[in-house]
Amino acid sequence: MGAITIQHYLALSAILFFIGVFGVLFRRNLIVIMMSIELMLNAVNLTFVAFARYTGTMDGHVIAFFVMALAAAEAGIGLAILVMLFRNRTTVQADDLTLMRD
Amino acid sequence: MQAYLWLIPIAPLVGAALNGAIAMAYAKRENGPNERLISLIGCVAPLVSFAIVATLFNEMRALPAESRVFHQVLLPWISAGPVHIDFALMADTLTMVMLLVVTGVGSLIHIYSVGYMHGDRGFARFFAYLNLFMFSMLTLVMAQNLPLLFVGWEGVGLCSYLLIGFWYKDLVNAAAGKKAFIVNRIGDLAFLLGMFIIFVTSHQLGHGTLDVPELRHLVAEHPEAFTAVATLACILLFIGACGKSAQIPLYVWLPDAMAGPTPVSALIHAATMVTAGVYMIARLSFLYELAPTAMAVVAAVGCATAIFAATIGLAQRDIKKVLAYSTVSQLGYMFMAVGVGAYSAGIFHLMTHAFFKACLFLGSGSVIHAMSGEQDMFRMGALRKTMKVTWMTFLISSFAIAGVPPLAGFFSKDEILWLTFNASVGPSWLPGVLWTVGFVAAGMTAFYVFRAVYLTFHGESRVSEEAKHHLHESPTVMTMPLVVLAAGACLAGFLGIPAVLGGGNIFHHWLAPVFGGHGGGTEGHALAAAADTVVRATGENHSLEVLLMLLSVAVGLAGIGTAWFLYNKKPALPAKITAGFGGLYKLVFNKYYIDELYEYTIVRPGYFLSDKLMFRLVDTGIIEGIVNGVGIMARLIGSTVRLAQSGVVRTYAFFFLIGFLYLLYTLLK
Repeated sequence: MGAITIQHYLALSAILFFIGVFGVLFRRNLIVIMMSIELMLNAVNLTFVAFARYTGTMDGHVIAFFVMALAAAEAGIGLAILVMLFRNRTTVQADDLTLMRD
Repeated sequence: MQAYLWLIPIAPLVGAALNGAIAMAYAKRENGPNERLISLIGCVAPLVSFAIVATLFNEMRALPAESRVFHQVLLPWISAGPVHIDFALMADTLTMVMLLVVTGVGSLIHIYSVGYMHGDRGFARFFAYLNLFMFSMLTLVMAQNLPLLFVGWEGVGLCSYLLIGFWYKDLVNAAAGKKAFIVNRIGDLAFLLGMFIIFVTSHQLGHGTLDVPELRHLVAEHPEAFTAVATLACILLFIGACGKSAQIPLYVWLPDAMAGPTPVSALIHAATMVTAGVYMIARLSFLYELAPTAMAVVAAVGCATAIFAATIGLAQRDIKKVLAYSTVSQLGYMFMAVGVGAYSAGIFHLMTHAFFKACLFLGSGSVIHAMSGEQDMFRMGALRKTMKVTWMTFLISSFAIAGVPPLAGFFSKDEILWLTFNASVGPSWLPGVLWTVGFVAAGMTAFYVFRAVYLTFHGESRVSEEAKHHLHESPTVMTMPLVVLAAGACLAGFLGIPAVLGGGNIFHHWLAPVFGGHGGGTEGHALAAAADTVVRATGENHSLEVLLMLLSVAVGLAGIGTAWFLYNKKPALPAKITAGFGGLYKLVFNKYYIDELYEYTIVRPGYFLSDKLMFRLVDTGIIEGIVNGVGIMARLIGSTVRLAQSGVVRTYAFFFLIGFLYLLYTLLK
């Protein structure tokens, strides 16, 4: 049983990221899509923190905090939009919302 | 007074602006504006110009011959690289003659118009146009450089168009206006090209200019440089003159131009505008002297026009058409004169012609006015009983144009014929031919003018019953100008009494500073040649000159006699004669079918080319094809690419991913 190395972290991060990507691509519910986006952001955060530990610098940590703040803001605005969407169109299914085409 | 030079053209411009504003203000109203106010503005404007011109003329007479020239630079106009052109006015002795004719005859015709146009709904518009014409014509004659002359040249063309189509509600009149404008455009193009050649040539000499006095010096200094291009430039300028002054082959617009009100025919299409070509050639005589071929062409075309138009004039029924062809013919004489280098004789004829032809036209206008618009001479007759003043003045002018001494036409026409006979232009046989043709045309002139006199004023009355009731002599405002012009037709000739009759030819001396000769002689050898022709002609061979003079008087009297015999003594005879010459008469009556010829050789093919080739092929096919093709392409591409825009967020995310992966690949490669 070897120690957990940076490769493990990176592999986990990549897996999480692609789960997020596929979530965005294949799920229809906007709430799930937003959750998938959160997942991608956190996968990236994990990478940053892993590298920060690996190199022994603080830069990765700092960026991770920034990303968290950003993700919080994004979730707030995104959910607000979702609420408004649901009020107006009674759906949060992405495929039903094709206003950009019409 | 020299400082007021600018006021001469500007006064009529102000009149035009005022009357134009009034015309526009009343355009939508029921009633026309006050005619008194308009006639006041319209007549005072040219009279102001005339007063200034007369004062300047007096000042100029006091000066010695060499310094008889006024200049005034108003504003710089174009200044770009080597081109420098000012709004510059000039008045030398030649200009002064033109100014006196234009403002003098012009003012009289303005006054006449007050009576003639009385009651017309377009009264204000008419005077606005007429004043605008005066402005343009005065700009033309006073311009110191060719571009400014061209501005006036185009301006008079515009006013001519506006006034021919004055009664534009009749489509025939509108078409006549268009015809005049388009035919003139052909000449104007040639005029511009001629101007460009002159500019380029002077530019190559290190001083690009179109200023007339500067050009004159340049030509005197470097005749060899100009000789190479003079023939081409002069012929191009002459084509321009052909358009404006109605010479073969561009004369066709002038007879149609009679569609305009009669004062317009008198002012623009007889006395002033149509003489602009003659004036232009006289103005550039220093250039024409370098191009003997071009001068021969001018003389030959002038001569051909003189006889050609005279023959058409023989058979016309419309009184104004007779006078129109007569004008074309007399302009031909003027071109013949300037073509053989007898510039002052040409200008002299221009001046005398302005008097008697304006009088004839205004007289015909007076007749038409009395006849309630009838213009066919075969429906007139015996009008002398009711229209005494018109009859007398018309008769005097007819004698003048027929060349009966001692009236004006005799002196000017005879001088032209005599100088042509003695000219040394073109091949050796040319002057003889020119003289013979001019001589015959003189006889025809006398005939057709007196044909008009006898048909209109003498013999049995053929006036319709209805018109008879309205028959009246015109009001004083119309007869007064007639009397003044008739007096001019009597007296103007005495300015140019030839030496052989014991006269001093004051007119020739007056113009000497411009054309060289006795008084001038400072302008180098080119002008000496012109002076030479005149000196030789007036100096030698007195007996021959007197003989030719008697001959031309005889042919004039013969023409009058024939007209009297055919149209007064035996009025039944002309019908028989015309029946005898059926085909020939028909040919002449239909003006040699020149209009039809142009219609089939130029207008129709031109129309065909514009319609089928330029419009349908080039415009709709090629140009529109390219423009529409671009549009169609954009639409095609758009309709393909828009399929990608599904509006489904997940699809976009998918493309985004592909793009991102590609970016990653290229960065990590």
